[in-house]
Amino acid sequence: MTTSAVSPPMDRLEPARPSWPDATGHFGVFGGRFVPEALIAALDELTEAYRAMRVDPAFLEEFARLQRDYTGRPSPITEVPRFAEHAGGARVLLKREDLNHTGSHKINNVLGQALLTKRIGKQRVIAETGAGQHGVATATAAALMGLSCTVYMGEEDTRRQALNVARMRLLGAEVIPVTTGSRTLKDAINEAFRDWVTNVETTNYVFGTVAGPHPFPEMVRDFQRVIGDEARAQVLEREGRLPDAVLACVGGGSNAIGVFTAFVPDEGVRLVGLEAGGDGVDTGRHAATITGGTPGVLHGARSYLLQDENGQTIESHSISAGLDYPGVGPEHSHLHDIGRAEYRAVTDAEAMEAFALLCRTEGIIPAIESAHALAGAMELGRELAGRVEDRQALLLVNLSGRGDKDVETASRWFGLGEHGAPTDEDDRAVEAGRGADPGPGLDTDQQPTEGAVSNDQAVAGQDAGGTA
Amino acid sequence: MSLLATTIGAARAEGRAALIAYLPVGYPDVDASIAAMVGAVETGADVIEVGVPYSDPGMDGPVIQQAVDPAVRAGVGMRDVLRAVEAVAAAGAVPVVMSYWNPVERYGVQRFATDLAAAGGAGAITPDLIPEEAGEWLAAAEAADLDRVFLVAPSSTDARLRSTTAACRGFVYAASTMGTTGTRAAVSDTAEALVTRTRAVAPDLSVCVGLGVSNAEQAAEVASFADGVIVGSAYVRQLLDGAGPAGVRALSAQLAEGVRGGMPA
Repeated sequence: MTTSAVSPPMDRLEPARPSWPDATGHFGVFGGRFVPEALIAALDELTEAYRAMRVDPAFLEEFARLQRDYTGRPSPITEVPRFAEHAGGARVLLKREDLNHTGSHKINNVLGQALLTKRIGKQRVIAETGAGQHGVATATAAALMGLSCTVYMGEEDTRRQALNVARMRLLGAEVIPVTTGSRTLKDAINEAFRDWVTNVETTNYVFGTVAGPHPFPEMVRDFQRVIGDEARAQVLEREGRLPDAVLACVGGGSNAIGVFTAFVPDEGVRLVGLEAGGDGVDTGRHAATITGGTPGVLHGARSYLLQDENGQTIESHSISAGLDYPGVGPEHSHLHDIGRAEYRAVTDAEAMEAFALLCRTEGIIPAIESAHALAGAMELGRELAGRVEDRQALLLVNLSGRGDKDVETASRWFGLGEHGAPTDEDDRAVEAGRGADPGPGLDTDQQPTEGAVSNDQAVAGQDAGGTA
Repeated sequence: MSLLATTIGAARAEGRAALIAYLPVGYPDVDASIAAMVGAVETGADVIEVGVPYSDPGMDGPVIQQAVDPAVRAGVGMRDVLRAVEAVAAAGAVPVVMSYWNPVERYGVQRFATDLAAAGGAGAITPDLIPEEAGEWLAAAEAADLDRVFLVAPSSTDARLRSTTAACRGFVYAASTMGTTGTRAAVSDTAEALVTRTRAVAPDLSVCVGLGVSNAEQAAEVASFADGVIVGSAYVRQLLDGAGPAGVRALSAQLAEGVRGGMPA
């Protein structure tokens, strides 16, 4: 574990802030505020309180203490050489946000926003959640700080991520399944906004990603940039140089912005965002917003989104609930348009191959969201034939979360364990992948744990090694 | 010339508030929704808010969501909206489009303004567009001589009331309460306070009140302090309940008495 000399707390929120957004929350042509007037006062209050808070030494000290003592920061960097054998010979380093308390990067942002909630004197927080990681993080922070907490979660997602629903309830949060629209993250956000506009006097909306109206994209970025600030220092310390590329999955895009921000000024470092390609961008069943979408307005900001010719949001599709979102944060749209970051789509199948590979080669079960970034690293490493100029390529992947919540989905995908036939529409992709070859990562020597799965169900792993 | 200001002014000259009815295009289908709008006009609505269906109506409560959802799924688009605008104008009322911003942006802001003016529309109400983000729309509306209606809310500061009303033409939409659309048992008393504050900064602009008005009694109450009474969910409820254009007509007739200060028999 590397415990490198990361930036001191004073620098953590304030060093090298990007020149965007402007004072009204615009990242180039993206961002801004597209919300009912009723919310403007609350957004102004948040903006003002946040600006005061982020330079307040007492806040910075409290935030740093919580990150260290509660979250467990800094998160380590782990090199994964056996995994990297499948990445064209590149070296692969993981930034281990999966080791944070609550199991993902989401806690970074939530602790900041929970402190802000107390600062503005509100007693109740609401949140939207897709995979449940942000909901769990918010419920955690609410429990820690004595706030009442309501989490909106698409009904489909409450089924896909039942473990996280149980976690939130154990933490004392109220979880409201959302039954409107596509019953996923997009609709959970709509319901959370409706709650907020109704209860704004008492309630703060703890937004989970770098999307939404100003100041959320800027504020959430600032709370998440600790990932990249740490990682940049850690990689410099252990390698004496910067990585050639930084890769992260992108749904709304908070973990990606978190790891990218410190590297944005480093022009030699490629920034690669991996979007959820679902069944494939050309099938129309995907969540690759920048790759397959167009600019428009959704959930309070201008950004790329998946929309039809009438401007209606198209329902997204991904095996990963946390990436199953038809929008994306405006800063990503800006980074794309100015050419500073590149965005690629990773299909469900590619992500699950990388998922299995990391499990089997490194003993790390990643979140399926993060597996998209791993698949991107495999692809990029192979494209580079493992080299950048005359040296071995060095890829930094943000492992944004751990995969405990995805065990059931993965078991179904690979035909492991005893599960009934999927019945939900969103399990269609899983069904299609039932019994699929988990991919080249499976070790020829790997045997299923005795008794864990019956022999006839564990075929995929044993037969798959030939391509490794 | 502002069609909305003219119409609301004419109502005021009669000593009453204007009745503004919201109905979404495409529920239960496009033709039936247009028939409902015409029915509302024929029974006393002065202005029809022609609603553009949208997949993510963040300001709307369950009633309107329930109606627009099938319209969105049926692919109802701006062409259908413009057809409804023409029909309302032909029926003798003033059509104003009510749209979340993305459908307008997707259609093209300039093209929307041009086509809306050609169809006889007065302008547009934009519930999730604040004047600060509306530069392109304000320019296009000005060029096409269209009204632009923004919202104020009980939470709006006086500074925002001033800047928002300054950007409005036609009227300003005062959201009576903090919350989403939907019928409520009582009109919030924050409504009158908001109207008073709004008038203080914009004495020449009509102030119309929406959110939560559903019957003649509430319409009469709002008409006592506002220039116009906006009713949405109660109309939509008629269609959801299967009462059809007849139900819309009956409701409209009651509300028309309400805005005249009368109670239905």
